[in-house]
Formats: sequence, structure tokens, C-alpha cells
Amino acid sequence: MEILVCVKRVPDTSENEIEINKDGSDIERDDLVYSVNEWDNYAVEEAIQIRDNVGGSVTVVSVGDEDAEEVVRREMAMGADKGILLSDNAFEGSDGRGIANILKAEVEKGKYDLVLTGAQADDGAGQVGGMLAAMLDWPYASLVNSLEVVDDKTIKVGREIAGGNLEMNEIDLPCVLSIQTGINEPRYVGIRGIRKVASIDIPVHGAGDLGITPESVGESGAKVKRIDYFTPELGEGAEILEGSTDEIIEKLIELLKAKGGIK
Amino acid sequence: MAERKIFAGGEFLITDAGAEDVFILEEMTREHKMIYAAAFDFVKKEIRPNMERINEKNEELTRSLMKKAGDLGLIATDIPEEYGGEEMDKISTCLVTDAIGGGASFSVSHSAHTGIGTLPIVYFGTEAQKKKYLPKLGTGEWLAAYCLTESSAGSDALNAQTTATLSDDGRHYLLNGEKIFITNGAWADLFIVYAKVDGEKFTGFIVERSFPGVSSGPEEKKMGIEGSSTTSVIFKDCMVPVENVLFEIGKGHKIAFNVLNIGRYKLGAGVIGGCKVIIAEATQYATTREQFGKKIASFGMIKNKLADMCIGIFMTESLTYRLAAMIEDKLSSLDPQARKEGAENAKAIEEYAAECSIAKVYGSECLDFCADEVVQIFGGYGYIAEYPAEGIYRDARINRIFEGTNEINRLLITGTVLKRAVQGRLALFDAVQALEEEAKAGLPDAPGFDDAPLAAQQHLVKMSKKILLLTLGKAAGNLLADLAEEQEVLAFLSDMITEIFAMESGLLRALKMIDKKGEKRAEYHTAAVQIYINDVIPKIVHWSKQVLTFVEKDDALVVLLAAVDKLAAYRPVDTVSLRRLIAEKVIKSKRYIF
Repeated sequence: MEILVCVKRVPDTSENEIEINKDGSDIERDDLVYSVNEWDNYAVEEAIQIRDNVGGSVTVVSVGDEDAEEVVRREMAMGADKGILLSDNAFEGSDGRGIANILKAEVEKGKYDLVLTGAQADDGAGQVGGMLAAMLDWPYASLVNSLEVVDDKTIKVGREIAGGNLEMNEIDLPCVLSIQTGINEPRYVGIRGIRKVASIDIPVHGAGDLGITPESVGESGAKVKRIDYFTPELGEGAEILEGSTDEIIEKLIELLKAKGGIK
Repeated sequence: MAERKIFAGGEFLITDAGAEDVFILEEMTREHKMIYAAAFDFVKKEIRPNMERINEKNEELTRSLMKKAGDLGLIATDIPEEYGGEEMDKISTCLVTDAIGGGASFSVSHSAHTGIGTLPIVYFGTEAQKKKYLPKLGTGEWLAAYCLTESSAGSDALNAQTTATLSDDGRHYLLNGEKIFITNGAWADLFIVYAKVDGEKFTGFIVERSFPGVSSGPEEKKMGIEGSSTTSVIFKDCMVPVENVLFEIGKGHKIAFNVLNIGRYKLGAGVIGGCKVIIAEATQYATTREQFGKKIASFGMIKNKLADMCIGIFMTESLTYRLAAMIEDKLSSLDPQARKEGAENAKAIEEYAAECSIAKVYGSECLDFCADEVVQIFGGYGYIAEYPAEGIYRDARINRIFEGTNEINRLLITGTVLKRAVQGRLALFDAVQALEEEAKAGLPDAPGFDDAPLAAQQHLVKMSKKILLLTLGKAAGNLLADLAEEQEVLAFLSDMITEIFAMESGLLRALKMIDKKGEKRAEYHTAAVQIYINDVIPKIVHWSKQVLTFVEKDDALVVLLAAVDKLAAYRPVDTVSLRRLIAEKVIKSKRYIF
């Protein structure tokens, strides 16, 4: 099975506290540590497992600047066979539709049976997977937390629904799936994997290579524009617990006990 | 990789290295960065969340973690590929050690296993020994321990009482004796053991746990690193096949001391990881805790502490990675065949024995400084076991003791430099003589400086070397062979040598950054070096004068003291503002900033 996994380089929320910058135009990006979006990492692991079970190959693709190459390479060190970076000044400032557009062009260059994305990104809106599927006119399942290959035409996917119940679907290939965390246990990157990929050239495809008119993507093509960032005011009845994690837990337990939530 | 000049051991004292001669972390290759990230990720997700369970001395857990680390290649960086290892350069090894250094007790189990437990076989094992043992050690299937210390042979390691007697049939050595304070003692499957053949020939042996006559004593109750195993290991008529003699009979000291050299520079790398955890904890707390209606991070004295931690780590990092690259360059200069020979490897590593001791002393004292200050920043909570500072403080302390106490290492630093000078391997006395000539002609006044960045600091490092040469020359000339017995003098000299290596390493790192990335990107590097050198110069003067006052009297002393003052003349920099600059950056990023 030929699988393409879309990954994104995002601020690592386990390493940074995300704060809004002074003029409210963006988050504070100085000193941020970046890493691969957590959901995407699960998607890559799932793809590697499928490949190991039924054969084929896994390609990792990212839309971003040259720094995004590091996450593509990381996922290759994890076990993906190929990596592609989609990078062009014209891509900067794309909205979700723009990103989906760029990815669509790359998908059409290959012969993929399956395209995986993370269910959402730490800094995203969870929209690219669905849009990409619609643009390709491929079937789509979101929030997938189990996956089973039936044959080369069909796969079975499970989705969590309300009440902790699971819904199973059969879906025709080719398709797009957005992968939920917890579907597997992503492997760590090992030294051997790193050495394999450290000096590989990762191809970079720009607007020209993909046959995209620059105006249709990037800032000029964006129909959704971020206009402001702010921290919401504390609402009535809301209380922010402060202190260390342990302190917060203790306060929370006290509160829940006091209000009869737990005994 | 750029061609760096290969310096002889101790040569930094008499030759000024250029920025192009040192490796700095900012020039890590892509592979280096990925390796560090991989190791860091492992520690973050597998070790740190399990700290409490590890600290219950959970053998099963530590073994499984070691196995997982083994699957990722994180315990085989020093093992050649042909024996299943990763055969990485020394910088990569340091990066892994650095990342794992954030894992407290686990990092101790890890470093005992990968360092002193495994390296004796890597460097001194026979082909058959390497084939038999390294694959098991590199995957974490087996754990290793290093048995050198005995109750009456601690720092005086060669005074071992453990004996090895050849059996009548000539097929085994019978080992008898007890080793103490053995890391991984209860868990190890393989021990590197030193014993005296015929009561005098100090020799290394590879001993498997399954050999008859091996047993471990009870776990020691320790001040810190409770999650690691530390026991005595007892050998009672333990039958070790003759093919398990490591290296040559009577050459155990070669293994012991060279493996300790490696252990020492790697300790420098390991403490960096620990320090980085500490400064992050300290900043996290300081930016949360409020007193007098303000976050305590906004107070100047707290900022000072954060800045000083950061600068200390910067210097440790600068000198340790510089040293790692020096060792790597030296080993790479050997032909591939020589790299397989224990004796050749030993010689290459022994070249930098003084620098290895410097990394150990400097790094462990930086760690203890950070550990002490994090307790202080936490205040009363720092003393309470429920908060992280208390455990950090206890865990850190061992680093000044093991791998040779810092006192022994101080003696080694000066002793090694002097020994190399006497052997003609380091032209130290020529340099002393040249300086004396220069002094006779009249030492020049301190030059005025143009605006070149760090020009004054470059001058001060040069002058520090002159002060050392002057002091050391006088001490050696007046005390002659007695110098070896004057430990206080040796310690002063050692501190001077260490600080020169640290200052120069930090300085060259900052200069290389300025050169490669521009002054703006090197702003914090520059500030760290300015503060550090400003604060160390008075110490250099103090140590020098103490030695001179001990070895020289009357008018001759007055002349020398004046010469030291003249060499050390400097205009102080505004460290209050510079420390605030660094502290603000630490506070903003909530972590180590370089």
C-alpha cells in the first residue's frame, strides 16, 4: 500500500508555555521549541505498521519553511521510506484551504492508496484532512482510532463516538483519514534510523513543481484570516487554580469533595 | 568536519587556540541534533515520568528501560559496529550522555554500564572477548558494573587486596576479595574486576555473574540516587577462565586509569543534562512563586542565581564538548588498525588526562552549585522532600566523589601537567623561561582595547596563562620535588589551570559564534563570557598570590606580587546589568538558553 502522511512542525506544547505576543498579532515565538505535531506522529506510526504488515511504502510530506525539513527527517528516521518538503514563499500565510490545495497537488503527483493526517495540530484548526479529501473527491473518515486493512480496495476504521463507544466503518480506497492519538504507541527514533537518513536529500517542491498558481494559495489566496489573539477574561463562576501540578490536583480534589462531586 | 588543530594534552596552557580549533555545540551536524533530540525524547517520555518508580530501586523497571534504550542505540554509541554497536563519534556519545544526564538515578545506572562497565572491553578486550560480550552489553541484555574500590583502596586504588591465583591446572584464576560501592552491584550480569595476580600484579578480569563464587552484598542506604543499585560484590574462590583476563597481566592500572579518564569527561557531559533540568525547575518555580506581591523571579538576587546557573552550564558545556572533540580528533588520527589496539587507544585518551579531570571537577561543582541554588530559590519548600529541589540536592552530591574525588582529580590536573612537562611532552618550562625573560625586560602595561568584541577578555585569558606560568614556574623551581607533597599548592595551581581551560573554552565559543552568526546572535554568549572572566580574574590573582607567598619570601615576593597585579590589570565590566540580561532571557524561555 502506498501511503502518504501529512505532518506539521508545531511549537512543542510539552516544552513551551504558549503566550500571546505584545501586540496580540501572534503567539510569542521567540525561544519556542518546535517538534512534530503529536497527532501526526501517531499517523506516521500507523502508516509504518500498515506497510510492515501488507507491504508498500510510506512517504512523509510537510508544507512549511526550510525548518519543517527537520520533522520530515525525524519521521523518516522513525521508519518512513521517503520525505517531501512543500516549500515556497508563495505558500506563506495559507489558510487551511490553501494548505489542502498544496497537499492535493502533491497527492496527485503520486499514486497513493491512503493519505493520513493527524486529527488536528497543536496550532491548527483540524480542517486540512477533510478539505483535502473533498478536493480529491475521496472518501474521508475523521478521528480514526483503529484501522485494519481488509484488502487492497477496502479498509476498516474505528472512530470513537459519544459515551466511549466505538463506531466501525468500511471505507473504500483511496481515502483520507485523520488519525487520533492513542491509535498506537509511536516508536522512538533510534540512532540507527537517524544515521540512515541524516544525509539524505529531501526533495523540495514549490508552487511551480506542483502546478499551483501562487495567487491561489498563501496570504493572497487565504479567505480565512486571523485578526486577533487574546486571553479571554475570567468569566463568572470560573476559578483558575494556581500552583504546582500537585497543588492544583490537591485543590481540585478539595473542591470536588466540597461540592459533592467525589466522596 | 572542519580541520581542527590537534593540541597536545595541556598545550592550551602555552598555546592560544583559535576559535577554528575548537568544536562548539552551535556547529552540531544535523545528525548530532537528531541524536540529542532522540535521546532527550526518550528521557522525557520514559525516564522522567517514571522517576518515582525508578527511585524505589526497581530492578525490573531499570532493566526494561535500559533494554529500550538499547533498542534505540542509546547504550551502544561507543561500541564498534562489528560488535553490534553504533560506533559514534565522541561528540554524539556526549550528547546522549548529556540528554540521559537529566534522568538522575537512571543516568547513574546508564553511565556505569556504558562507561566504566563496557569501555574496558571496548578498548582493551581481545577479539574473542569483544565478540562474546559487547553485543549483549550494547543491547542492554546484560548490565555491567565496574569493581575497583575496596574498603582500604578507594582513592588509593592500586592498594587493592583482592587476589587472583592461577589454579593448578592453569585454566582459571581464583579471585578472592570484596569490592565496595559498586554501581549496578546487585543487578549486573558482568563485572570488570581488578585483582592482584601473585599478590602484586594489578590485573583486570571480566567476571560473569554466573561464575561460581560471585555474590552481591545488601543494598547500601544512600544519600541520593536511590534508584540505582549500590552494593558490595564479593568474590570467594571465584573461578575466572584465563581467557577472561582483560588486557595484560600486571597492566590493570592502564585500563583502570584510562577508563576513568573517559568516565570523567563523560561525567562532564552527564552533569550538563542534570543542570539543565535544575535551571528549568528553578525558573519554573521562580516565575510561579509570589512574595511581596511579586513573582520572585523579578528580584535581583534570584535573577543573579538564575544567571549564574546559566553561565556555569555554558562554561561546562563549552569545555566538555571542546574536550570531546579533542579526544575524537586524536582517536580519528590513529590508523584504523591502531584503533583496535588497547594500548594505542589508551595512549590517545591518556593524552588528555588533565583535561578529563578538569571536566569532571568543573562539571560536578557546577552541578552542585546549581543544586544548592535551586534549594535556595525554593526556600522552605526546597527543604521539603515533596518538592523536586530536595532530591536534586541529594542526587547531585555523589558527582564530586565518584570517578575519583575532586581532590584526587585536582592533584591529577596539576600532576599530569607537570609530569608531561618533565617528560618533554609539553614545553611548559620553555614557556616559563620565556616569560621570565619577558618579565626581566619589564612586563608591558595592559593595552588599550579597540571595540573588537571580547578583546579585553581575550587579553585576560592570555594574561591568566602568564600568571599561571609565573606561579607554577616559581613553585616548581623553589620547591623542586617537594612540590608533589604540597597538596594545597597543587590545588591552587589546579584551580588556575581549570579556570583557564573554562574561560578559554567559553571565550572561543563566543568568538566563533560572533564570527559565524554575528554579534547580535552571540549577544548572550558574549555577556556570559564577560561576566565569567570578570569574576574569575580576581580568583586567579588570589590563588597565584597564595602560592607565591608560600614559596617565595621578602623582596623577591614583592616583585612577583607586583608582576601578578600588573598582568591581571583590568577594568571591571558591569556584571549587574549583564546578569540581568541573561536572567531575563532565562526567565522568558524558562530553560537553559544556550
